[in-house]
Amino acid sequence: MGGLARSWSVALQGVDGTVVEIEAAIGGGLPGIHLVGLPDAALHESRDRVRAAVVNSGRHWPNERIVLALSPATLRKAGSGFDLALACAVLAASGTIPQGALHRTALLGELALDGRLRAIRGVLPCLLAARTAGLRRVVVPVAALAEASLVAGLEVHGAGSLAQVVEFLVEGTPLTAPDAVGEAGAPPSPPDLADVVGQSDARHALEVAAAGGHHLLMVGPPGTGKTMLAQRIVGLLPDLPPDDALALAAIRSVAGRLPADGLLSTVPPFVAPHHSTSAAALVGGGSGVARPGAVSLAHRGVLFLDECAEFGPRLLESLRTPLEEGEVRLSRAEGTVTYPARFQLVLAANPCPCAPAHDRDCVCTSLVRRRYLGRLSGPLLDRVDLRCRMHPVTALTSGEQGESTAMVRARVLAARAAATERWAAHGWRTNAEVPGPVLRSRFALSRDALRPLEAGLRAGELTARGADRALRVSWTVADLAGLDRPDRQTVETALYFRDRRAA
Amino acid sequence: MAAKDVLGRRGEDVAAEYLEKQGLVVLDRNWRCREGELDIIATGSAGLVVCEVKTRSGTAFGEPAEAVTDRKIARIRRVTQAWLAAHGLPWCAVRFDVLAIVIEPGRPATIQHYREAF
Repeated sequence: MGGLARSWSVALQGVDGTVVEIEAAIGGGLPGIHLVGLPDAALHESRDRVRAAVVNSGRHWPNERIVLALSPATLRKAGSGFDLALACAVLAASGTIPQGALHRTALLGELALDGRLRAIRGVLPCLLAARTAGLRRVVVPVAALAEASLVAGLEVHGAGSLAQVVEFLVEGTPLTAPDAVGEAGAPPSPPDLADVVGQSDARHALEVAAAGGHHLLMVGPPGTGKTMLAQRIVGLLPDLPPDDALALAAIRSVAGRLPADGLLSTVPPFVAPHHSTSAAALVGGGSGVARPGAVSLAHRGVLFLDECAEFGPRLLESLRTPLEEGEVRLSRAEGTVTYPARFQLVLAANPCPCAPAHDRDCVCTSLVRRRYLGRLSGPLLDRVDLRCRMHPVTALTSGEQGESTAMVRARVLAARAAATERWAAHGWRTNAEVPGPVLRSRFALSRDALRPLEAGLRAGELTARGADRALRVSWTVADLAGLDRPDRQTVETALYFRDRRAA
Repeated sequence: MAAKDVLGRRGEDVAAEYLEKQGLVVLDRNWRCREGELDIIATGSAGLVVCEVKTRSGTAFGEPAEAVTDRKIARIRRVTQAWLAAHGLPWCAVRFDVLAIVIEPGRPATIQHYREAF
């Protein structure tokens, strides 16, 4: 009595999933399980888990030679997420489950020896791949149900054990249905911008950064509000559109960092790694297949490097490619994965190691001072559009109360809307994404407006790339001011934030 | 004779009887050489049939056929060559079967025949 059956599951490479067809053939030799199709160690061990789980679920395990083939055979498959699909393929081949019941159904989950279904990482990207491949329904561990319900257009079922899945497939006993996707309740309101005392320059820089998606560097003595300001940038940014929110949730799912409530968060992420972080934690890494790092977890949000001069130069340099390309490619033993990493960089640093409240009290030698911020390399700083110097706070209550987050956010959203409308035809969303050549040719400014840039280039204070960045910032300043296109004054404002003396 | 050997002996008797009922002629039983032992060597229309008999008194420790490991398979192949050489037989078709026999106390023996097992 030979049997042949098929089931489906999904293999992940980074955040990209591939639907895997699992074939089970029974018969023709001594009893045993043979797993073929480039399984890794964890997957190879699933032979033992699957058998124990089936037997302990009270189902018949065919005492014959079983060949399990995972196709496409050349794709490396890793992890324990195939257990459920393997078990069901065997049960279908031995006649316990009708073959038709598995049709166009993706099965995900790791099996415990007693037949319980355990959660796995990366369910969300798996489902996105299953939907793209045209699968109709999926069975996931109950623990991953909230996450799975984020994907529209798929029939999602949550199961607690193999026995439940078999009953569902054989008799149609319903499994746990996902709760109707609730709109994310009002997220805890981020700290308010009005809390920051003084610092009008830095507040303006923060507003421009939020409006144009520009990278920002703040330099100033400790206790002047660099960290406070940086934490408040998230409140100024617009909510993530659904596509981006889903892409971010997929990254978090792969990293095992998705919140348990399963609501799709549309708040832009704010990631602030400590300066002792490793390169692998920052850009992604790990053995086998690389896992996403801080730059990917900050996708479409803010990566904040506090005390950035304390980060090793290697770490800072490793940010250059993701900054430029909006993604990181990580190559490890088992292949290359690409994670999206389009983040906004916010850097904060002290002007020198001793960092007194007033710069004139500094006791560092000039060499130490130069070295300290010298760790931020030219190529990295060239990518930072906005630089601002923080001033020591001289009064606890400044005369005027600073603007609140809500007021600034309204201006930022208006400016973003103007930018999006202008670039819509070209596929860019923020001023920071527009390539320099376009700004110099198709959207060229008047001769008069360009004069400050020409002067800077001639004097050697600006690089060509720096001039492009200043152009970009000037568009944002113009958007915030409600102007059609930048004039001379907006370009000068942009250059003020570029001034090398700030760093 | 230890209890497990008695059981094995009984299993082999059951196996030989079973094979003869299938129309095979048992040529040799428990043929030993330095390399090891062959349980049953039989012949039929298909050529030579080398049989490994595995007997258990229950399945609590797994099915008998699972105990036929890769190492054992390799040994059976080697011993078969020795047997062929010892009997001066020319090249001929050889089939390797496994007979998994469960003899639970007080019940008739059950036989599972894996033809061309390896």
